[in-house]
Amino acid sequence: MSRHVIGVLVENQPGVLNRVSGLFSRRGFNIDSISVGVTERSDVSRMTLTLDGDEKVLEQLTKHLNKLPDVIKVTHLDAGCVERGLALVKVDVSSPESRSEVMQVADVFRGAVIDVSRDTVTVEVTGTEDKIQAMLDLLREHGIKEVARTGVAAMARGPKYTGTE
Amino acid sequence: MRNGCDVVLESFDAEGVDTVFGYPGGAIINLYDTLYDADLNHVLTRHEQAAAHAADGYARATGEVGVCLSTSGPGATNLVTGIATAHMDSVPILAVTGQVPTGMIGNDAFQEADVTGITMPITKHNYLVQDADELPGVMREAFFLANTGRPGPVVVDLPKDVQTAETDVEYPSVDDVKRGIRGYSPTYGGHPRQVKRAAEAISGADRPVVYAGGGVIASGASRELRRLAEITGAPVTTTLMGLGAFDERDPLSLGMLGMHGTKAANYAVTESDLLIAVGARFDDRVTGKLDAFAPNATVIHIDVDPAEISKNVEAHVPIVGDAGDVLGELNSTLEEMAVRDGSEWREKVKRWKREYPLDYEESDDVIKPQSVVEAINQHSPEDTVIATEVGQCQMWAAQFFDYTKPRSLVSSGGLGTMGYGFPAAIGAQVGRPGATVWDVAGDGSLQMNIQELATVALNDIPVKVAILNNGYLGMVRQWQELFFGERYSSTDLDQVPDFARVAESYGVKGVTVERPSEVEDAVREALEHDGPVVLDFRVAREENVFPMVPAGAAINEILEG
Ligand SMILES: Cc1ncc(C[n+]2csc(CCOP(=O)(O)OP(=O)(O)O)c2C)c(N)n1
Ligand SMILES: [Mg+2]
Repeated sequence: MSRHVIGVLVENQPGVLNRVSGLFSRRGFNIDSISVGVTERSDVSRMTLTLDGDEKVLEQLTKHLNKLPDVIKVTHLDAGCVERGLALVKVDVSSPESRSEVMQVADVFRGAVIDVSRDTVTVEVTGTEDKIQAMLDLLREHGIKEVARTGVAAMARGPKYTGTE
Repeated sequence: MRNGCDVVLESFDAEGVDTVFGYPGGAIINLYDTLYDADLNHVLTRHEQAAAHAADGYARATGEVGVCLSTSGPGATNLVTGIATAHMDSVPILAVTGQVPTGMIGNDAFQEADVTGITMPITKHNYLVQDADELPGVMREAFFLANTGRPGPVVVDLPKDVQTAETDVEYPSVDDVKRGIRGYSPTYGGHPRQVKRAAEAISGADRPVVYAGGGVIASGASRELRRLAEITGAPVTTTLMGLGAFDERDPLSLGMLGMHGTKAANYAVTESDLLIAVGARFDDRVTGKLDAFAPNATVIHIDVDPAEISKNVEAHVPIVGDAGDVLGELNSTLEEMAVRDGSEWREKVKRWKREYPLDYEESDDVIKPQSVVEAINQHSPEDTVIATEVGQCQMWAAQFFDYTKPRSLVSSGGLGTMGYGFPAAIGAQVGRPGATVWDVAGDGSLQMNIQELATVALNDIPVKVAILNNGYLGMVRQWQELFFGERYSSTDLDQVPDFARVAESYGVKGVTVERPSEVEDAVREALEHDGPVVLDFRVAREENVFPMVPAGAAINEILEG
């Protein structure tokens, strides 16, 4: 079992996310995260999936994705891709020293404080899943009230183009 | 300018569709109104499920896309079993369903159902058409997808307002459509290196077996399969879906393999050192216990669907491609090579065939169900299609009829849908008016779509229904006898109703056959009768299907009667 990042280019059409996620549940694939957004071409969307699985699972998943007429291209991005996810974390800072400590943690992770109230601070952080997880682990000590996380967006490093043309 | 309904009919015309099966309702009434003047044969079934199965039977018997129509909501949900049946067996059908107007979708409007949502997992693709301008492209694409690559069902859900909206968008060319679905490009030719590897494996094999499935029939690859057997001398076994892909009267034929397959086929596969799987998907009813399936064999797997390869059994030589194309390439390669003699292996296989023919104990007192299928086999003309229901009747139809040509068996393999056979026989008969079409039925299954007697009567569709009437849900009863201590929970149907009288009340000739001596005459008379017939054979109630490999056992662990 190892972690995989897969880029899936799909037709930017209603119902596509449904087809892809329906495939996962029907065939019993466990996906850790999924993100979707339009690409440099308005008629094409990119989905980025992350999952844990062995080669056999990865192969079946890829084949089944390719069978969907709305799927244009499937790329394994594992080796040498850049990937970023985003998390918004609302932290409890009602105890006196918390506020500055939370600010410090945010700083170390190059996070940004995007909202404050009397008892809370909301931090935004982007990075790999590991980095985000590491920051969450540290903030947990202060009492996390709420987390909103995206899946990751990823692409190949260097000049390699994984788009549609 | 023409409206959505006109576009649908235009697409039928362009795709060579001359017959559709269906059932009207409020959300499809506009299309039916257009049909009223159209030069198109519409067969009104008495249930939408039957329309879907008829389209499926039509497709299996002819190789063309079968088309069915229904209204929204309950009409469309009634199609679902038929669509799933076609999906499991890779049958090209197109279902056009009415839908509530686009402005009402999502509001729980009268007879609204999320048809694209419901059918997503059981179709190759589906569409909810939102705009009449999309419709020409959608219809073209739908037909194209249904019958290319690995065939399968496609649903076009057509809101009422789209049916009546005008469009001047032209019906596109295939090339336009291909450009539109850039993510879809099935592989037909095999990869030359893989073909060469396969040929090398074959030429070095001592005990090769060909395992052919429905893909051979879908691809029209029987000639290439026959040639492969000639070149290599390898015996050929087929799945239920593959019956007819290889002439069962050929000395190299092993018949069907798997749970109710022949001993010769199951032994040969188990002992083989090379298995050539073509258009087959290693279904659990075929393989039994996976680790014990062809344990010593190198596996060559040829399939048009890459996702089938190494799904259940690891393929040593995978070849993605169309069965006919790949076998053609393989044969040409093999023709240049020396293959091993293999006569010792062929002798061994022949011995198994001689020693373990499909057999049953005959009787003078009570009709044996197998003897009915044998009589059908003996007296039916060359051009015969056997449709089946599901259960013991299906297995006897598979075992005791000699399938010699592709598209001669129409049977629900993957889903095992009771109630399939009769409407599928109707579809097959409509598609092949010159053929003799039987439905080998069970008393349980037939009652699931018995209302179609009206369809055959009113349209004079001369299907012959042979009910192997054991008064039981026989196949379930067999499992209860063998594995549940003869606790016959809810399987006794008690020979009700009187099928001959039911048939007569619909205006169909009905005959009850009770004695073994009457079987052959009844079959002959049915064949001579011009119209549809129902033959109610009162057969031995507790006859079992053998040989049998219990579910999950190795396929050489075979139970006998
Ligand atoms: C729609 C549906 N419901 C239930 C089953 C489970 N099932 C498989 S075979 C069978 C018995 C079929 O009885 P009958 O049609 O009389 O055929 P027989 O086995 O007696 O020949 C049943 C209930 C099924 N295959 N399909
Ligand atoms: Mg029965």
